[in-house]
Amino acid sequence: MAPSAAPDRITPGVEDVVAGAKLHGNAGTGEHSMVLNMGPQHPSTHGVLRVVLELDGEIVVALAPDIGYLHTGIEKTCEAKFYQQVVPLTDRIDYLSPMTNNLAYCLAVEKLLGLEIPERAQLLRVLLNEITRIESHLVWLGTHAMDIGALTIFLYCWREREATLRIFEAVSGQRMMSSYFRIGGLALEPPKGFFETVQAFLDDMPSKIDQYEGLLTGNPIWMGRLKGVGTISAADAIALGVTGPPARSAGVDWDLRRDMPYSGYEKFKFDVPVSNDGDVWARYTVRMLEMRESVKICLQAMQMLAGKTGPIRADAPKIVLPDREKMKTQMEALIHHFKIVTEGFAVPAGEVYQAVESPRGEMGYYVVSDGTAKPYRVHMRNPSFATLQALETMCKGRLIADVVAVIGSIDIVLGEIDR
Amino acid sequence: MYDPASALMGKAAVFEAMAEDPAVVALAELAIDAKFDRNELTITVAGENIVAACEAVKAAGYNFFEDLTAVDWYPQEPRFQLSYHIVSHSLRRRVRLRVLVGSAGASVPSITAAWPSANFYEREVFDLFGIDFPGHPRLTRIMMPEDWQGHPLRKDYPVEGYR
Repeated sequence: MAPSAAPDRITPGVEDVVAGAKLHGNAGTGEHSMVLNMGPQHPSTHGVLRVVLELDGEIVVALAPDIGYLHTGIEKTCEAKFYQQVVPLTDRIDYLSPMTNNLAYCLAVEKLLGLEIPERAQLLRVLLNEITRIESHLVWLGTHAMDIGALTIFLYCWREREATLRIFEAVSGQRMMSSYFRIGGLALEPPKGFFETVQAFLDDMPSKIDQYEGLLTGNPIWMGRLKGVGTISAADAIALGVTGPPARSAGVDWDLRRDMPYSGYEKFKFDVPVSNDGDVWARYTVRMLEMRESVKICLQAMQMLAGKTGPIRADAPKIVLPDREKMKTQMEALIHHFKIVTEGFAVPAGEVYQAVESPRGEMGYYVVSDGTAKPYRVHMRNPSFATLQALETMCKGRLIADVVAVIGSIDIVLGEIDR
Repeated sequence: MYDPASALMGKAAVFEAMAEDPAVVALAELAIDAKFDRNELTITVAGENIVAACEAVKAAGYNFFEDLTAVDWYPQEPRFQLSYHIVSHSLRRRVRLRVLVGSAGASVPSITAAWPSANFYEREVFDLFGIDFPGHPRLTRIMMPEDWQGHPLRKDYPVEGYR
């Protein structure tokens, strides 16, 4: 076994759990020791997560997550595509925050190319990213509450999520797999009436968050199921690779938007909610506060965008597709369009790692170029993948019903775990 | 646009220009190559020294292990490149540790003792690239089924799989 200084921090494999249950049963230390298989088809695992538990009565003795049921080899597929063709693949990794994935990938390739992005495009990217964060947190809140038995809140969350999806549809024509960001800027100019729709949504949102809190925050059943459940310490969170709201609710004061700003986040004023409790309740409160902060960032972005004109794409004709209008009148534009679509564009050799703060934590794209038009290697560092390693630490010694609460609270998306 | 001349290549150039960087100071002895390209610091260490290198940067304040992955440079030798990304919350800096591994008996010591979070990442690299990590508590496939043949992210593995 592990030569580790802290072997109890190592997440066991499925075989370890089964062997442990046999050992404990035979040795008589836990006469009720049994193995329970949960998933991969289970509504509270938020996808196809399989969890193998060793139980003593209703107490969790050991737990092993088993993943890979949704593995589609996206990283391998990326190697066969042109750089611009990878953008739609990134949506499908974390399908609840497509814009964040687009952003991380585009920023990585733009860093490889050394491309400057116009300010207006950066502001629009930030605006849409924060709307994505609200959207993702709404899905989390609705499903998490539903897992615990609060069914009403789900419908309220879906009501506001519909508004965010309509915003995505307005800019990109797609509700979920938006692929709106492009290497070098954005795909299209936002449509007429877009800013009014977003403003109405943002004006409305704080009162809606109050409504959710009114349903949940003081609710004794909700508090009873969440408080003191699934605790993790800051040291364990760091040791197990936990990022994002689960880490911040355990006292790790780290937010990439503030601490390693990208895409112009340094221009915005916002607070990073942190709690020291590290339980499911803390993760709930931190995410609720994050939604309010996201609204604040969006409003600032709207202010900065008001009356601002300028391009939404970088001035790089060999990388960024030309306007359709120009293609009809200018021969160079037509040639560039033809070359980009048929041959792609060569990216100088090198490697970059670009991390952004996704709704779930640190999402990093590691892109290696060998100087050709196709990425030599694309690797995604996904927050859920690492956070899943902390599941055992959070659930050990608790009731099996708490496992459902903890899985909901770490807000995993299996699409990005399995890739 | 990116200018290749802006990159600092080689241990001597990086260690002279960035002498105060905490990672450079920590790895003065262990580094065998380095580069500073696109504002990212990469330090190459020998495979057998990776645990020592991790402990050294950890002592220098790089407290959070972010990511581990491999790149297959087939048919070049050494064939595999392992990239460890480690960030410091207090310094707000990131360092990339790079290890080159030959194709024959590809193996690198596990760093799960330094960072338990490397557990899943090493299993992933083992599964998809076939690199061994001695010292790992349980090195089994993580994405592919247990009885799968081959390692899909190797460059000599066809995109459509073996038919």
